[in-house]
Amino acid sequence: MSTQDPEERTVRCLVAKVGLDGHDRGAHVIARAFRDAGFEVIYSGLHKSPDEIVQAAVQEDVDVLGISILSGAHNTLVPKIVEGLEQYDAFEDTLILLGGIIPDEDREGLKEMGVGGIFGPGASMEETIEFVRENAPER
Amino acid sequence: MSRAETAALIDDLLAGKHRALARVISKIENRAPGYRELVSELHEHTGNATIVGVTGSPGAGKSTLVDKMAETYRERGETVGVIAIDPSSPFSGGAVLGDRIRMASNVGDMDVFFRSMSARGTLGGLSTATTDAVKALDAFGKDRIIIETVGAGQNEVDIVGTADTVAVLVPPSSGDDVQMLKAGILEIADVFVVNKADLDGADRTVKELKEMVHMRDASPLAGTAGHHGADAGPDDDPTGGVDDEDDGWTPPIVETVAKRGDGVEEFLGTLHDHREWLASSGELESRRRERYAEEIRRLLREEAADLVRTEVDTRGGLDAYVDAVVAKETDPYAVAEEVIAPIRDRIEEQR
Ligand code: B12
Ligand SMILES: Nc1nc2c(ncn2[C@@H]2O[C@H](COP(=O)(O)OP(=O)(O)OP(=O)(O)O)[C@@H](O)[C@H]2O)c(=O)[nH]1
Ligand SMILES: [Mg+2]
Repeated sequence: MSTQDPEERTVRCLVAKVGLDGHDRGAHVIARAFRDAGFEVIYSGLHKSPDEIVQAAVQEDVDVLGISILSGAHNTLVPKIVEGLEQYDAFEDTLILLGGIIPDEDREGLKEMGVGGIFGPGASMEETIEFVRENAPER
Repeated sequence: MSRAETAALIDDLLAGKHRALARVISKIENRAPGYRELVSELHEHTGNATIVGVTGSPGAGKSTLVDKMAETYRERGETVGVIAIDPSSPFSGGAVLGDRIRMASNVGDMDVFFRSMSARGTLGGLSTATTDAVKALDAFGKDRIIIETVGAGQNEVDIVGTADTVAVLVPPSSGDDVQMLKAGILEIADVFVVNKADLDGADRTVKELKEMVHMRDASPLAGTAGHHGADAGPDDDPTGGVDDEDDGWTPPIVETVAKRGDGVEEFLGTLHDHREWLASSGELESRRRERYAEEIRRLLREEAADLVRTEVDTRGGLDAYVDAVVAKETDPYAVAEEVIAPIRDRIEEQR
């Protein structure tokens, strides 16, 4: 049959910038690295609200939602996104990644909220991609 | 996917769950096991949406226009589904799908369902996936469905061919582009949109398009959409639309500034006119029939090819046959007959 091997299913990712944060270099770097790894990447663009990110993640049915936050607002923005995903039954099978400037003391709490992995400055692309390959949800 | 899972997914989609719609489209894109059953189930719920294809050269403003179209439909209380197709990177198979970023007017509005699809560089297949994804949106209950794709090559022509109405965007002052359009895209245009009409050269582009449309109509090779007689000169019909003398359709040329939303109402009016013409002329019916016919042909082709491929594999693979042919032990015709004969016999038995 011409059906695809589920092992080789194309990974879809949303790379999202939320809130007033205008630092977009990291998001671009990640988007490009994911593309080069063979993933399909949807980039949200700057200054999106949590609702917009949820809308995009649900409609695009992404395996991975990668949120990039360098503004320090992660503790207010991430819960809103998680809540939105739950509302659409999309939380359980979406891998949430967080990147940017995330202080160590906040990481535990964010992971408890449902963030699957946190990648700060200097994070290696290979490791990040490997992490996605290993943790992308089974569907 | 089990029968029960398929049924549950379809029920959720029909009940208006966005997640289910999104998941059905993923299954369609991935050709995941069970997707055929899903699409089969969708069919009876389709037929209520209008389907518009928007194509044109890279950067012509397609996504910006689609955004404004969606916004205007929403103001009228209609729901919208968008499929935006981006070419994938030829090297890694990965892609950055950039159309969504332009959907600025409809953010947070779940009644605009926007889905990005990559070309995935695989065996054509994309127009199949698009047709099926459109069915999912239609069954979900979207009133208006828009397909966006870059207008370059047969693949794209096939994709927008799944729409009832095709709008081709042409940016101004691009004499080259107008020339380029002649290859394939011109024939499928029901409406031309000169977008970025705020830029210099828009008038010239409108004029060039008009000349071209009339030249096409005068040509004996004119497609089914245009029916103008050879006597129609460039000045006969400055606006396009339904022809007076024979009730045919001449592609109108509309101007827009998508960035500002200028001309979008007029453009939607033209789409509406085309839709009315499709319905009243019987063209809608015949286009849909032709689409279904093509769909059946294509599925049969795919299924038959799969069947034969499996048969060849179970008989030791193509390479072994090639070896035998090279060694002059057999020949390609004999091989084909050997593989096909049992299949043909089975079919005849069952008839
Ligand atoms: C460059 C820069 C700017 C540029 C941004 C240009 C641009 N278009 O991006 C400019 C000059 C505009 C700027 C402005 C400001 N900045 Co600034 N800026 C920086 C700086 C020096 C580098 C950021 C950068 O681009 N790094 C390079 C990229 C590639 O790295 P990255 O973004 O960290 O991404 C990597 C990882 O984090 C991770 N990653 C990131 N996103 C994602 C997403 C996913 C899914 C994954 C898996 C991984 C991942 O992978 C990437 C690659 O390794 C940092 C300091 C620093 N060293 O980080 C401050 C910094 C981020 N800025 C800061 C501040 C305060 C500001 C301003 C408010 C004003 C100011 N004081 O300068 C404004 C605000 C602008 C705005 N509207 O948001 C603070 C933030 C403090 C905080 N969060 O508590 C920082 C940390 C400086 C500091 N130490 O004070 N800034
Ligand atoms: N001047 C002007 N610029 C416009 C207009 N419409 C769109 N643009 C700009 O043209 C650029 C491309 O717009 P898109 O909507 O992304 O074009 P597209 O055809 O979807 O592009 P691809 O999907 O990449 O092929 C953007 O910078 C838009 O802001 C317009 O009417 N006038
Ligand atoms: Mg586009």
